[in-house]
Amino acid sequence: MPQNLSSSISSDSVIAHRPPQFSYLRKVGAIAGKDIAAELRTKEMMSAMFVFSLLVIFIFNFAFDLRTDNANTLAPGVLWVAIAFAGMLGLGRSFITERDRGSLEGLLLAPVDRSAIYFGKFLGNVLFISVVEVVILPLFIVFFNQPLDIIVPLSGVVVLGTIGFAGVGTLFSAMVIHTRARDVLLPIMLFPVVVPVLLSAVRLTAGILDKLPFEDVQNWLGLLVAFDLIFLAVSYMMFEYVVEE
Amino acid sequence: MIKVRNLVKAFGTRVVLRNISFDIAPGEFITLLGVNGAGKTTLMSMVATLSKPTAGTIFIGDMDTREHAAYIRRYIGLVSHKTLLYDDLSGEQNLRFYARMYDVQNPSERIEKVLREVGLWGRQKDPVRTYSRGMQQRLAIARAILHNPPILLLDEPDTGLDQGATSMLGELLAAVGTAERTVLMTTHNLERGLSLGQRVLMLSDGKIAVDAPRDEVSVAELSRFYRQ
Repeated sequence: MPQNLSSSISSDSVIAHRPPQFSYLRKVGAIAGKDIAAELRTKEMMSAMFVFSLLVIFIFNFAFDLRTDNANTLAPGVLWVAIAFAGMLGLGRSFITERDRGSLEGLLLAPVDRSAIYFGKFLGNVLFISVVEVVILPLFIVFFNQPLDIIVPLSGVVVLGTIGFAGVGTLFSAMVIHTRARDVLLPIMLFPVVVPVLLSAVRLTAGILDKLPFEDVQNWLGLLVAFDLIFLAVSYMMFEYVVEE
Repeated sequence: MIKVRNLVKAFGTRVVLRNISFDIAPGEFITLLGVNGAGKTTLMSMVATLSKPTAGTIFIGDMDTREHAAYIRRYIGLVSHKTLLYDDLSGEQNLRFYARMYDVQNPSERIEKVLREVGLWGRQKDPVRTYSRGMQQRLAIARAILHNPPILLLDEPDTGLDQGATSMLGELLAAVGTAERTVLMTTHNLERGLSLGQRVLMLSDGKIAVDAPRDEVSVAELSRFYRQ
């Protein structure tokens, strides 16, 4: 780290000249915490995500006329449609609100690697989607007549799927902020890219509902984990260029 | 403190800044003038490391802003016509967030100090959306000086303020522009620009048309550039 700047610009007056330990992680936490605090005040995004996901579960439940023999075939798709579309509502607001309210420059001015902004936003998005999932998973089990013991493996799949979805979604949310049709563009760009994550998550969910042996679904698990890692790594590398003017 | 050398900025085929160079000494208060579209905000944005030059260099101290942007940012405070605040959070929550982003030590004490300086102590728990435009701009100044940066960039800080709020802002800016702080301010208010700044830079047609101490220029002379 360069040391000669502080001496040349009267650093005695600068309060923050020696970042504390774990400064990067603290800033990631600060950004996520700021988003959570703002959401707790307004509850706009969470309520929309929550209501939307509930509606999807309700509507599909009635529209497909689910019976015991076909429930397991359709249920995984219904669950992930609910998660993906509700998650899209949250992702769509992640950077767009920063841009619309003029606070994005404040974030970009902060003395931190741009990737900390990405991970802070990503963490906030994962938390928001997870809160919705905590509510809809029990409802999903009730509506689709699933045994309670699937909750643990299903939660694991949901967490992995959410990481991949929010990972690439957060990056794309930042990419579209400079476009006019950003609300439309985000889902059009995101869904084709996130297909491997959704496909793996649906297959794993189906495997859990059908109580398939682990060997039958481990390839899907490997694919899901691999895409999570790839999406996070690519987003980490690309984010600085995405938020350039 | 700030050295700008052969700076060029183009957006596609449109060249906004054409090969400009100037120095700003430590502690100087510079007023940057120019008609709309002259490139003032573009220049500010590059000094603030928010955008990169097409050609040329900007040094803060002896550090190139292209190479050490993240490090340089802790030495810069920016006030623009956008407040860079979160409406849904309180004034205190906003400052606490920025205190964490800038690694401010003893944030509670520092937040109280700057809020008292800008006259908002007492309203710190209220959401920013309940503040008047003038109060929001004072909070924006508190945000910009929270980490006590030696460089303060003020990009039309009086935009959208009424007469009383503008007057109060002027007093506040005079107070924060101490000898220890280098200030670069853009404004369309020539009288205020000349009263606050020690030196005037006028951008015209992408070049520096005037670079002179304030005693050597007059409002009438500067107004000529706005009429052209």
